[in-house]
Amino acid sequence: MGRKSRDSRRTRVAAEPAPTAPAADSGRALAALALGWAIPGGGHLWLGRRQKGVVFLLALPLMFAIGLWLEGALAPFDPIQPLVLLAALADLGNGVPYLIAAIAGLGEGRVVAATFEYGNTFLIVSGLLNMLVALDAYDVALGRK
Amino acid sequence: MPSHFLAMLVFAGLVSLVFAVLLRDEPGEQARLSGLLFGAFVVTGVVLGWILLPFPL
Repeated sequence: MGRKSRDSRRTRVAAEPAPTAPAADSGRALAALALGWAIPGGGHLWLGRRQKGVVFLLALPLMFAIGLWLEGALAPFDPIQPLVLLAALADLGNGVPYLIAAIAGLGEGRVVAATFEYGNTFLIVSGLLNMLVALDAYDVALGRK
Repeated sequence: MPSHFLAMLVFAGLVSLVFAVLLRDEPGEQARLSGLLFGAFVVTGVVLGWILLPFPL
């Protein structure tokens, strides 16, 4: 193979578009987001991030359970009280544990309990953290992380 | 829970753990960040508690 032939091959290769990464599957990312919301750590486990998924699966429901044990309340969806509504949305971030607790009638709260506000804090923060975790799973599925 | 301080320790521990695992990929880095966040939470909580002590509820 002569020098001219090698040069023309180089020119051709350089002119070809670089192979692109496979298009991010937005459906898969949305599934990871939904699974991550429903089951804390579920999105990471589904994406093969086992260590992270297991930690989230243990820590977040434990926080939620401690919140219920401390007699915190699951805030009602009351549009007349915006702050209560925000707390309700944060509680909803817990996913399936929230739904189970709501159906089972847990999370009524006891306002006079010394630990009432501690319980609320655990419930709200666990929901907000789970939202962050679910968004992280979404980013992982899109290949951003 | 027997004490408010214990409640704060448990809260700080769990939040630190979740943040560290979320933000770092290596177990060693996760442990280091978790410890740092936990210490920051506890020290800040105690300092704020002392600062707020003179204020009546």
